[in-house]
Amino acid sequence: MELRPILSTLRRHKITAWLLVLEIALTCAIVCNAVFMIGQRLERMDLPSGIAEHELVQIGLGHIGNSPDAIAQSQTDLAALRQIPGVQQVAVINQLPFSNGGSSNSGIRLSPEQQQDTLEASTYYGEGVLPTLGLHLLEGRDFRHDEYADFGTVIADLRNGDLKNLPSTIIVTRALAERLWPGKDALGQTLYVGKGLPFRVIGVVADLARPNNLNWGVGYSTVWPIRMTVADGSSYVIRTAPQDRDAVLKAAVAALKQLDPNRVVLVKRTYDEARHAFFANDRAMAGILVGVIVALLTVTVLGIVGLASFWVGQRRRTIGVRRALGATRGDILRYFQTENFLLASFGIVLGMALAYGINLFLMMHYELPRLPGIYFPVGALVLWAIGQLAVLGPALRAAAVPPVVATRAV
Amino acid sequence: MFGYYLDLALRSLKRNRMLTALMVLAIGLGIGASMTMLTVLHVMTADPVPGRSARLFYPQVDPQPMENYKKGEGPPDLWTWTDAMNLLHDGKGVRQAAMSGGQVTVVPPGGVTRAFNAHARYTTADFFAMFGLSFADGGGWDAGDDGKRARVAVITRQLADKLYGTPHAAGRTLRLGKYDFRVAGVVDDWHPVPHFYDLNMGDYADPEQVYVPLGTAIGLKLSTMGSMSCWGDFPQDGDMAKASGCMWMQYWVELDTPAQVAAYRQYLVHYSEDQKQLGRFERAPNTRLRDVMQWLDYNHVVPGSVQLQTLLALGFLLVCLVNTVALLLVKFLRRGGELSVRRAMGASRRSVFVQLLVEAALVGLAGGVIGLLLSLFGLWVVRQQPTQYAGLAHLDTTMSAATFALAVCATLLAAVFPAWRACRLVPARLLKTQ
Repeated sequence: MELRPILSTLRRHKITAWLLVLEIALTCAIVCNAVFMIGQRLERMDLPSGIAEHELVQIGLGHIGNSPDAIAQSQTDLAALRQIPGVQQVAVINQLPFSNGGSSNSGIRLSPEQQQDTLEASTYYGEGVLPTLGLHLLEGRDFRHDEYADFGTVIADLRNGDLKNLPSTIIVTRALAERLWPGKDALGQTLYVGKGLPFRVIGVVADLARPNNLNWGVGYSTVWPIRMTVADGSSYVIRTAPQDRDAVLKAAVAALKQLDPNRVVLVKRTYDEARHAFFANDRAMAGILVGVIVALLTVTVLGIVGLASFWVGQRRRTIGVRRALGATRGDILRYFQTENFLLASFGIVLGMALAYGINLFLMMHYELPRLPGIYFPVGALVLWAIGQLAVLGPALRAAAVPPVVATRAV
Repeated sequence: MFGYYLDLALRSLKRNRMLTALMVLAIGLGIGASMTMLTVLHVMTADPVPGRSARLFYPQVDPQPMENYKKGEGPPDLWTWTDAMNLLHDGKGVRQAAMSGGQVTVVPPGGVTRAFNAHARYTTADFFAMFGLSFADGGGWDAGDDGKRARVAVITRQLADKLYGTPHAAGRTLRLGKYDFRVAGVVDDWHPVPHFYDLNMGDYADPEQVYVPLGTAIGLKLSTMGSMSCWGDFPQDGDMAKASGCMWMQYWVELDTPAQVAAYRQYLVHYSEDQKQLGRFERAPNTRLRDVMQWLDYNHVVPGSVQLQTLLALGFLLVCLVNTVALLLVKFLRRGGELSVRRAMGASRRSVFVQLLVEAALVGLAGGVIGLLLSLFGLWVVRQQPTQYAGLAHLDTTMSAATFALAVCATLLAAVFPAWRACRLVPARLLKTQ
């Protein structure tokens, strides 16, 4: 294919050609970044929580009027919940991964002399967190029954400065262990909380994501041997078979209401619902971005079709002359396709530079990571394909121009 | 003359329906997308208390210990009970209120089984006058009630209707958990957007349903809600007044003149110095005083995702405009013959230019109609989103008018260059080749 005639024609339509190039470039830049942002959102929505997500239900309660002895009531409640058919494990846990609302966190230090916290880890409290949430213990062991202390006692001890009965063991995630003691075995290491309270690591679990504040490190979580009651703002977490969840949830709420009708159910959901709600924003944003990409590509395709149609109409006579001189339909078709390919190529080169610039701007202002290199060749291929498809209609119409047009007066 | 241009424009647009439809659609899409996002941004950056926002200030002091001190770091956003009470006692502002979010269990006259939880605000007396709430019935409480821990409450009209079937509920009994309160007043609907006075509840949270005097609420150990940051003594037995090492409150002050503002800034520094001498504060005075809009700005109330979406929509509009420029250019240049005839018959360049702009304005108007429909649809989509601000996304008259103005202006802007090119064609040359 001879490029010279195409270029010389384009030179005669410089402005229109440049406008098309500019349009393709802008589309390319915006679409690359939008696709990248969708990828980011999907990645976030896909983060592992480390728990048996499809087997958990959660019930939160609030008390009206005088609340009786919280510890005794929790024991009664737990015993009743264990009686419900289908219930495998029950625990009172202060928080769950990927859920909105409050979260419990604590600054972690590597030595008691340290003035600044190394990082902010999320803190999971409750007896039986590991078996109930289905955490995967990589090494070490779970807490023994006698290691647990009541939350109320811990708070009172801390207040009185009476530190000898405080729990001194802790279970951490693999992510936290690798961050605190890179390359070393975490088992047996000691970490410090607040003004030098020591905790010895007795177990490492594979994954346990934090509830929110994900930018502090998704996997930096700890499990403490502290026994909670519903009065401390914790909720009942029940593990059951996925198909039994609805029935168990219903039966559990009924049982709890029957034990003490002076309670309001604040939370009643499966963990899947909680996680779905937590990522709802990301899902919505991804949806909006997809919409914008589709609309943008549509407008660009319409622009290409419009301009190509106009050029075909304008060059009918020239096309007729070429056909009369022996050019085949295929030659005419290829002429328009090559022309589009050239314009698209200019647009893509310009667009990639622009995409990179926009990405730099977003990195500065919105904490977005760098655009991976793979987006450039893939983006180019997609835009070339779209350009070729858009120009096909007008090009076919051009190819259909009969040679006899050349002989007609205008 | 204008009628003639209009007639010419309509004929020309009808001649090439495909191209016209492409242009109208492109403009409509661009306008629709950008107006959707601009409307959301417009709603989210609105002044929550128009007319008062410049007089309401959020002071900040730094009561934290030297531990974890970072030089240059701003003071915390929350207040300790002690500091809030000290400032309240000094009463240096025209009005001031210390407050906290809370959660109460409302037990309706129907009985315990119908009880439900409601968000509450525990606040001191000036809250209502300072933020400009109007009462449908009764009134607020006074500073004496705060101190006496009086069992009074103010509820919203919505809650009054729900509980008593009437907004005239002053004097009725309201049961919160295990305590009875006397309804002192019923406030009319008040929905500041954003929820500026306590952003911990969510930037676009709904206002509270129940207001209880701060002293009463803390005395009765009603449960508080919101952010809490502690370094020392934790609250024990639910008594927040004893949590001297915790910050969990908000504090607002009204200052009417620049002189008062300057004096208050001084006062905050003096207060910090005094507290340091008393040994309560460890850090050097580190104070701030921001008005409502500065406070919102400092807290980055408009989410990054909304700003990104707006940028995206504007980029989209730009592509649509480039597209329109290209299409108008080919459309106008194609009519070189017709325009040359008009020029040869004596039409000035100016009148040809105006004629082409009229044609573009028609395209813009049609694009505006489509854009308006699309932005109504777009806002409907936004309202289906699960975010707090979603419900606020509505098109008001200003924004509808702005949609049309933007569509027409953008199209006219896009048409200037093509029209200028078209009226610079040399008539004689084109006529000769025909």
